[in-house]
Amino acid sequence: MFNAKSILSAIALAGAMLLAPAAQAAGEAVPIEKQSWTFSGIFGTYDQNQLQRGFQIFREVCASCHGARLIAFRNLMEPGGPEFSEAQVRALAAEYEVADPTAEGGMRPAVPADRWPSPFANEQEARDANGGALPPDFSVLAKARGVTDAFPFWVFNYFTGYQEGGVDYIYNLLTGYHEEAPEGVEVGDGQYYNEAFPGHLIGMAPPLADGLVSYGEGEDGSTAPATLDQYSRDVAAFMMWMAEPHLVSRKQTGFVVLLFLVLFAGLMYATKRKLWAGIEH
Amino acid sequence: MSEHSTYVPGNAVEKWLDDRLPVVRFAKEHLMDFPTPKNLNYWWTFGAILVMCLGVQIVTGIILAMHYTPNVAMAFDSVEHIRRNVNGGRIIQATHAVGASMFFVALYVHIFRGLFYGSYKAPREILWILGVLIFVLTMATAFMGYILPWGQMSFWGATVISNIFSAIPLVGEQIKQLVLGGFAVGNPTLNRFFSLHYLLPFIIAAVVALHIWALHVPGNNNPVGVEVKDSRDTVPFHPYYTMKDLFAMVVFLIPFAWFVFFAPDILGHPDNYIEANSQVTPAHIVPEWYLLPFYTILRAIDFNVLFIDSKLGGVIAMAGSMLCLLVVPWLDTSKVRSGAFRPMFKWFYALFVVNFIGLMYLGAQPAEGIYVVLAKVCTAYYFIYFLVVLPVLSRIETPRPLPTSISESVLGKAHS
Repeated sequence: MFNAKSILSAIALAGAMLLAPAAQAAGEAVPIEKQSWTFSGIFGTYDQNQLQRGFQIFREVCASCHGARLIAFRNLMEPGGPEFSEAQVRALAAEYEVADPTAEGGMRPAVPADRWPSPFANEQEARDANGGALPPDFSVLAKARGVTDAFPFWVFNYFTGYQEGGVDYIYNLLTGYHEEAPEGVEVGDGQYYNEAFPGHLIGMAPPLADGLVSYGEGEDGSTAPATLDQYSRDVAAFMMWMAEPHLVSRKQTGFVVLLFLVLFAGLMYATKRKLWAGIEH
Repeated sequence: MSEHSTYVPGNAVEKWLDDRLPVVRFAKEHLMDFPTPKNLNYWWTFGAILVMCLGVQIVTGIILAMHYTPNVAMAFDSVEHIRRNVNGGRIIQATHAVGASMFFVALYVHIFRGLFYGSYKAPREILWILGVLIFVLTMATAFMGYILPWGQMSFWGATVISNIFSAIPLVGEQIKQLVLGGFAVGNPTLNRFFSLHYLLPFIIAAVVALHIWALHVPGNNNPVGVEVKDSRDTVPFHPYYTMKDLFAMVVFLIPFAWFVFFAPDILGHPDNYIEANSQVTPAHIVPEWYLLPFYTILRAIDFNVLFIDSKLGGVIAMAGSMLCLLVVPWLDTSKVRSGAFRPMFKWFYALFVVNFIGLMYLGAQPAEGIYVVLAKVCTAYYFIYFLVVLPVLSRIETPRPLPTSISESVLGKAHS
């Protein structure tokens, strides 16, 4: 295997040389540190307690500026998600008002079938309230961001099924604020320095800090530390669930499908061999 | 080719049908008894795999169209609706999206198999040309399909690619407006692309039927490239190749399922999860991977030649890269079909494959620095391979001696 090995290393070397100018051109880009997530890999599932904590962060902190227009209250009780009870979801929905032209006064309390109400009526209103910046909708945000690996490392992602670039980015963004910008960087009014954000100047003030949200006990009595790191991790996981609510059932089905295909292929091969046994080919 | 037929109607009803519409006879001749060279290797299974891919795309596509809304205000959310609320929607949508990539994997293997084993040579030129036509139609279909989710990459990909039409002298601007249904990509564009995306697969299916018809006149080429001499060289298509093809299809479904269930978005671009916005341009506009080699050729021409500006030059180069495929039967005049018996050809062919992967890689890189130079070098070799290497090799190369028949080559292999 001397040949394959030397060819591979030659390719890797050539790749590294090809990438060098690109990395220089991108300049100050800070690599996104990949995190370990319960939902990565073929056996990955969401941690229900983490999703419930993440929802708490979303609701108490993020939702004042960010919408989630594709999420319905009922999703919060569906299997594979935070799995709140129906009573909890009904009570939660009733706390919100949604527009309904058929209701008296045009507004009524939400029911589980309603979508999560957006904090602003339209983009202009959102921008006016946020110093010109537009807080993006959270519905699919965890899949709308990614991590670009250098060649040849991205090749391995096809084999590991790496789909967590978005949450890795979100975690790095939430923990990537610097109080002091590096020398020579001019931070304007209403801007904050963030090492993960492209261009580093973000219009969102650091949304989370140690001790900001007080977590209750999980349903199994588990607790989580009230730290920025934990908050960021939890809300990123919750955003992944929002973007990919059927991840767990998809992977479970996939496992069965792959197992079937491999066994079926084996049987097909045995049949094919037997059939062709008498033929010189 | 009734000479292959051993069909005898079994009863009065079959006889009655056979005298009026001989479909059973046709199926027996072409799907069961058809004599097929017995030495075909696994590269030959990709034809059947491609039929399966087309079938998967049509079936999943028809279901998706039941839930999709081709309107700029609703398209993005309707695709999300499919993923979230339609029963099994996430898997059907992922199968269709991943299926497009798998289709092209099989398509490229099929094309490169033909290029290596000389499957385009007489008497199979029409078969090959129909294949190139299917390739172009499939690229058009895939490109239009990518617009439908109405994400950022959908919108900006359509904007960049439709600009190709405006490069045509005199009537370019009018053609572009006709394609887009306006001055820029908008609701009329989305509507007509959806309509055409639904239409083209059925046209592809029709050309596939012609492709198989053209295959069944001369019969299959094979790895040694020597024509079938007598019935000892062949086996009936069924059960020998139906079984082999089915096995290959199941194996092909393993990576297919891997992507569908474990990494459905890895072949796409995160930007396409951002709804299309004509006011915000993505940092890098990258077409889907299967269009990248031709995108690189389009971008490689960044200089003017006489009265041809760089834009038109790029379009000519891209069209030329397709044209090369179309006329390759007349560029490669070597009497030996199979690359296995052509000592010099092998190396140029290997370089062509590496070069093609290089073109693909470069298409995803920004057009700056060393990439610009490499793109030009790779584009040059693409054309040199067809226009210089193949015609010259046909004249100067001494091929290795060919076996006199398929049976001889098979027996030689078995006893060596």
